Amino acid sequence: MGSQKTTVPFKGTKEQEAALLKVIADHKNEKGALMPILQKAQEIYGYLPIEVQTIISDELNIPLEKIYGVVTFYSQFALNPKGKYRISVCLGTACYVKGAGDLFNKLQELLGIEDGGCTPDGKFSLESCRCIGACGLAPVLTINEDVYGKLTVDELESILAKY
Amino acid sequence: MYRSHVLVCGGTGCTSSGSAKIIETLQAEIKKNGLKDEVAVVQTGCHGLCALGPIIVVYPEATFYTLIKPEDIPEIVSEHLVKGRVVERLVYKEETKDKGTISLNDTDFYKKQHRIALRNCGVINPENIDEYIATGGYEALGKVLTEYTPEQVIQIVMDSGLRGRGGGGFSTGLKWKLARANEADQKYVCCNADEGDPGAFMDRSILEGDPHVVLEAMAIAGYAIGANQGYIYVRAEYPIAVERLKIAIAQAREYGLLGKNIFNTGFDFDIDLRLGAGAFVCGEETALMTSIEGNRGEPRPRPPFPAQKGLYQKPTLLNNVETYANIPQIILNGPEWFASMGTEKSKGTKVFALGGKVRNTGLVEIPMGTTLREVIEDIGGGIPNGKKFKAAQTGGPSGGCIPVEHYDVPIDYDNLIQIGSMMGSGGLIVMDEDNCMVDIAKFFLGFTVDESCGKCTPCRIGTKRLYELLDKITNGQGTMEDLDKLEELCYYIKENALCGLGQTAPNPVLSTLNYFKDEYKAHVLERRCPAGVCKALLSYVIDPVLCKGCTMCSRVCPNGAISGKVKEAHVIDQSKCIKCGACMEKCKFGAISKK
Repeated sequence: MGSQKTTVPFKGTKEQEAALLKVIADHKNEKGALMPILQKAQEIYGYLPIEVQTIISDELNIPLEKIYGVVTFYSQFALNPKGKYRISVCLGTACYVKGAGDLFNKLQELLGIEDGGCTPDGKFSLESCRCIGACGLAPVLTINEDVYGKLTVDELESILAKY
Repeated sequence: MYRSHVLVCGGTGCTSSGSAKIIETLQAEIKKNGLKDEVAVVQTGCHGLCALGPIIVVYPEATFYTLIKPEDIPEIVSEHLVKGRVVERLVYKEETKDKGTISLNDTDFYKKQHRIALRNCGVINPENIDEYIATGGYEALGKVLTEYTPEQVIQIVMDSGLRGRGGGGFSTGLKWKLARANEADQKYVCCNADEGDPGAFMDRSILEGDPHVVLEAMAIAGYAIGANQGYIYVRAEYPIAVERLKIAIAQAREYGLLGKNIFNTGFDFDIDLRLGAGAFVCGEETALMTSIEGNRGEPRPRPPFPAQKGLYQKPTLLNNVETYANIPQIILNGPEWFASMGTEKSKGTKVFALGGKVRNTGLVEIPMGTTLREVIEDIGGGIPNGKKFKAAQTGGPSGGCIPVEHYDVPIDYDNLIQIGSMMGSGGLIVMDEDNCMVDIAKFFLGFTVDESCGKCTPCRIGTKRLYELLDKITNGQGTMEDLDKLEELCYYIKENALCGLGQTAPNPVLSTLNYFKDEYKAHVLERRCPAGVCKALLSYVIDPVLCKGCTMCSRVCPNGAISGKVKEAHVIDQSKCIKCGACMEKCKFGAISKK
């Protein structure tokens, strides 16, 4: 889901790299270590650019193309950085039948970005997700850790204005 | 000892509605009133009535407060907890009756339910192992390890008639027997907590509300099949569940209920967590194991079945969360007790996540054989806003839509398959007359296209073609031949796809084609969407009698499609209308409708 092209130059720090190398060292001898390492790496960098994948590839001695294959397979792994505020609209069934599709279209219109995109100022990124399990509150969207439920299209502008 | 316990629901639904703030305020108020040693605040798992959250239950009276806001807390503390007077205005009242308070178990929502898998959800503090033990937790594991042979355990599970709650409905006892029968130096027990069906959150609620039950059942399964290592594969989208599982595993290890030499019987068993990363196909058993091994989560052909060659090529037992949640109770109460509930071939209860166009959205656990009507009308409180029931969707993207003709069919595995749907993991989405069934089929196919792993051609390309055909129909460009093509392609994919995801992907199309063919035909022959959903087929019209000529609509129209003089009926130019619906939203006289 979302755009796969990296558009932002890589700005990783020495501290981030040290943290990543430690994670790799801790997990290296476990069976099936790649997934937990990728998850931790994304926590450290916020996303998984090719530079980070290369480090993991070198350290684990796994070909880069296999790592790239795993990263692009799972929707939670991102090749692009996220905005300061990550908007995620639930397009699960319960939300969809209650009008989440309209919410999503309106947000694309308001922010001028598409699914998986990030506003040029880096403030908001927008993505759709499949069911966060708060179906009782449908339709639902989250902005970072804040959850907004039982929404209507008219409320969106005032919600964005809070950030 | 506390004289009163205040239970605050900490499930995902209530947390999303702000229960963390409620707990904080409650603790502060209790402290302020000097009740810290008399009243305990407990964060529990899901109570099921997610639409009415945040939820608070005060014991010993079992007063059920709903839709609580932080500003209600001082009143609850000073009135109820200090003076012993129930705050009537905040107590849950059923909309149908209005005769003051009734006991929680007598409400329509709870009366017809029977909670086995959800037994402890909303009752105990899931982050405290002592509360689980106090309600009989780990007793079943102790009994199994000290009194039964592995073969006896498997026989009990077989006799109970328990079937897999994750979708297929395969006999759990038989699965255990097959995993035991394969000799190996290492075996694994896995728990499928990758609950990916949109609209389903049964497993999440069990993990959040009663995590130890899953650990206990996995240890029992480990003893039965001869495994000493377990893995729980849980969605990363469930942060609360992940956190509570981590706490539960640490506590169980500390108490010696996981690890080496459990109950001094020489039995070793430990459990580790593995987090998913957002791939629906990983709920398929072979894909799940491939993902734990650190690969792209692609399924592989069966046989060999996981019971023969599963995780790391070793015999592996895989059950889902709800299946495991039944095991300890079956051990403690006996297989006859479990088999006494339900229908001939489907025993026990099933948890459903009730969502969509129904009043009481939330989590319900019902005996197998309950009818759809009872679930939606009695427990769910019916369809809101005076609308009519149109269909219920079960089984997620693998299931189908059940129309009103089958409203009284008893829900069990075989009946649901017979009427073109399936049990699935338990999502139950209610749809009313405003939902377009072609659009719903397109929605599910859009999901499958996104989630297809791409390994086999029928699923990768076939679902895409199905989606395109549906898109064409909802855009008003479909032909009757397209309907035939749609059906033919559905059967082709069903027969040829590699895994369960692909084989069941056409179900939403087939079931809607079967029950709602008229709606498809209306889209194709009359270029009309009866439910008024498909935008390309709608036209907005102004009723000249109701229109007062206030000019509001012509002012909001972004494309200048509406014309008319002040105080005279307005008209929409259909060639200019972009069908945004802005005029209808703004009209104060209800003069604009879509057809």
